[in-house]
Amino acid sequence: MTPDLTHEGGGVMVTKLNDLLNWSRMSSLWPLGFGIACCAIEMMGSYASTYDLDRFGVFMRPSARQADVIIIAGTVTFKMAERIKRLYEQMPEPKYVISMGSCSNCGGPYWQHGYHVVKGVDRVIPVDVYVQGCPPRPEALIGAILELQKIIDGESLVNG
Amino acid sequence: MAEVSQISEFGKILIFLITGIILVALMFFANRVIAPNNPTPEKLISYECGEEPTGNAWLPFNSRFYVIALIFLLFDVEMVFIFPWATVFGSHEIQAVDHRWGLFSLTEMFLFLGILILGLVYVWVKGDLNWIKPTPTRPMVDTNIPLNLYESINRQQHTLKKFSTEREPITATATASATISTSTTTATAPTIRFKPTFKK
Repeated sequence: MTPDLTHEGGGVMVTKLNDLLNWSRMSSLWPLGFGIACCAIEMMGSYASTYDLDRFGVFMRPSARQADVIIIAGTVTFKMAERIKRLYEQMPEPKYVISMGSCSNCGGPYWQHGYHVVKGVDRVIPVDVYVQGCPPRPEALIGAILELQKIIDGESLVNG
Repeated sequence: MAEVSQISEFGKILIFLITGIILVALMFFANRVIAPNNPTPEKLISYECGEEPTGNAWLPFNSRFYVIALIFLLFDVEMVFIFPWATVFGSHEIQAVDHRWGLFSLTEMFLFLGILILGLVYVWVKGDLNWIKPTPTRPMVDTNIPLNLYESINRQQHTLKKFSTEREPITATATASATISTSTTTATAPTIRFKPTFKK
């Protein structure tokens, strides 16, 4: 059985459920409490009272089992990449990845000579939103959260 | 509205129970239907902060807890005895039959409690309640510095430098140093302590 959204008669229920699901998913994005390097300082700043990511329903979780989004905040070394991969695999679906800062985007300052740095975390796990900056300001991370909310809002239950 | 309700008080509780069970079951069913289910072997291993879990989760427990467990059991049973006693202690019906009931039940309970408290005192005196703690020895060194020396430092308040928008009178000192002989000016001139050398 494949419900067809384009069909005029039967799409209403599915789309309404779709909207409800997307709304609930985007309104409570729980990231994994996970920081690797200096970007994590900015991430902590955005969780704290001045920027208060809790306004967007973003609330840090200590376990990957309860997390919806993993924010890769910092330099991803090859040693860490293994752990990141495992943490990502342990998160329940639907799961999203925010790559925060130049290091996790593309290797950052270690793009050429860093023998130990993964040249972009997207070589290990699929990334949804990239945040530029070294390190990005909390506003940039909030922008990424809003961007991710837009992505989730456009998701469809049927077509994936 | 004058007719008597068909449902008894327990019946209302039953309705609450049934509604609750159905609601929770519905929620779980909706969750099962909507939630994506994708178990992978990587996802099913225990969460160890990203590390690969090693060893057994069943750890040996400190056997010293058994004394505490025993004492807990003792007083737990005591509490279980006190509760039914409390319901009949002040009973007027038994009191009407025999007026000595109140005093009797009270002394009985105090006797019972006294025996148990005696056991607690015994355990306490024997030192079974003490957790064996490490006794670190603090190294004491005899120094000849008197303690009031620290006191005078601690009494000092943190003082700020006096703030002024005016710049330091550099020109005045420069002219002053210029009046002194040239040998002193060369001595006060900054000398390069570290000279980096480069290989060619």
